[in-house]
Amino acid sequence: MEWETVIGLEIHAQLATESKIFSGSSTTFGAEANTQASLVDLALPGVLPVFNEQALKLAVIFGLGIGAKIHKKSVFDRKNYFYPDLPKGYQISQLHHPIVGEGHVDITLSDGTVKRVGVTRAHLEEDAGKSLHEDFHGSTGIDLNRAGTPLLEIVSEPDLRSAEEAVAYLKKIHTLIRYLGISDGNMAEGSMRCDINISMRPMGQETLGTRAEIKNVNSFRFVEKAIVHEMERQIDILEDGGSVVQETRLYDSELDETRSMRSKEVAMDYRYFPEPDLLPIIIDDEYIEALRANLPELPDQKKQRFTDQYNLSSSDAEQLAGSLELGRYFEEVVQISGAAKLSANWIIVELSGQLNKNELDIGDSPVTAQQLGELVLRIQDNTISGKIAKIVFQEIWNGKGSADQIIESQGLKQVTDSGAIETLVDEVIAANPSQVEQYLAGKEKMLGFFVGQIMKASKGKANPGQVNEILKGKLKQ
Amino acid sequence: MSIDSKEIEKLADLARLKFDQEQLGEVTDRIASVLDFIDQLHQTETQAIEPMAHPMDAVQRLRADKVTESNQREKYQQVAPATENGLYLVPKVIE
Repeated sequence: MEWETVIGLEIHAQLATESKIFSGSSTTFGAEANTQASLVDLALPGVLPVFNEQALKLAVIFGLGIGAKIHKKSVFDRKNYFYPDLPKGYQISQLHHPIVGEGHVDITLSDGTVKRVGVTRAHLEEDAGKSLHEDFHGSTGIDLNRAGTPLLEIVSEPDLRSAEEAVAYLKKIHTLIRYLGISDGNMAEGSMRCDINISMRPMGQETLGTRAEIKNVNSFRFVEKAIVHEMERQIDILEDGGSVVQETRLYDSELDETRSMRSKEVAMDYRYFPEPDLLPIIIDDEYIEALRANLPELPDQKKQRFTDQYNLSSSDAEQLAGSLELGRYFEEVVQISGAAKLSANWIIVELSGQLNKNELDIGDSPVTAQQLGELVLRIQDNTISGKIAKIVFQEIWNGKGSADQIIESQGLKQVTDSGAIETLVDEVIAANPSQVEQYLAGKEKMLGFFVGQIMKASKGKANPGQVNEILKGKLKQ
Repeated sequence: MSIDSKEIEKLADLARLKFDQEQLGEVTDRIASVLDFIDQLHQTETQAIEPMAHPMDAVQRLRADKVTESNQREKYQQVAPATENGLYLVPKVIE
């Protein structure tokens, strides 16, 4: 039977505030255990939450970024459960009246098609602390530094149909929150993580199959692997005539499998009710419009601008606009080189290739935009050929200085003096009489042989266009 | 009866409460009477009424995003039953 996969994601993004959502504790990552846990975060009796205006603002900015309805009235609720990293015994969240309502994002798939993915809602909530299960003489250690960190939970519609679509959507949300500046999106530090809801149904069936939820997946690669694994698991069960159990599962990246955490029968009953310690949050049009007016250029707009302004292909523009830093880098390079298409190629092929190979981000690139711009400029003005440029690029990467310094010190300047090229051509023709005969006998392919020999003789520095022209002329004689 | 003692037992388990048989019967009766009262409320026409999130007719005031708390870990941990390496220790929990 042919199966259709139905996936929805719940993404938790940590909002980029200085202080926590309901207390004045710092949110800095990596501090010593419990040094950023105040009385409110520890839930000592008598303390009260006070809502952080920046958390509200960042949530609204996200909503505007995905074209969502912003609710002028939103309400916090208590989600009750017992776990030692949640000292209050409840998490303050938003159930019935989230700050952000329905919106959407467009994702581009590998075959170039664009798909619209619905976002059901996004709501504010606080993070829990961290439990350390290493041995503390049979006890569990609790670090509450993270407790009370503001989170935005972004819930998608079950619109995703494959692991590829899920990853494209997650990446798009990641790009968006970076563009909007509402979160650093650092998945390794837990600033962004996601829960995957996944079910299978026979192709063509309307009703949804029973779903499993995979909790807390924290990298793009793991999302893809977890989905692929879970699809196989569910199809195996269904094709054996069994039924999928609605449950929460955990993805184990070391074993590359998901396993059950808890089933629905023993699932949490969260007993939500309105948070009596916080009044409803009311915002007006003026507040929303002021934020809308200050929205930065968004990924889709930047992609459009790159194709319009620089004449880039859609896929090049998509790739460069796909990261705020990469887009910035590209524009800096173009500013210096004046050659957009060539700059885009160098960034996408050479630079990105080297960065990937060395597992570096664009922010850590040893080649600055200034340096790459100067290199591309020298290709553009014919000082060096594209082939020599690769050598120069490697030297810049290794910290040997600027393009001009390297070209100068290693004598890599392209030979465009036609007299010098003619001498080289003459020498090569004289040294290879039998190849000349073959060429004259109609073997046109021999031309490549001569060009190769001449370029070699010039150590790659002869201008290839001129070589071709002069060579053809001489062979005819 | 709108709720039976089995359901109360499950709720008690979720709420980490323990009742003996006598208490269980008593609690079941009392909660059932509350639920019966709610049934009565359900019959009231409330279509045109906006749900109330808070009894006070006021709006939440917001706090500026500033760090106002300093590290007081030593003081706070004096009242904790057990700590180690700056961590609060609790009975072992494993998922």
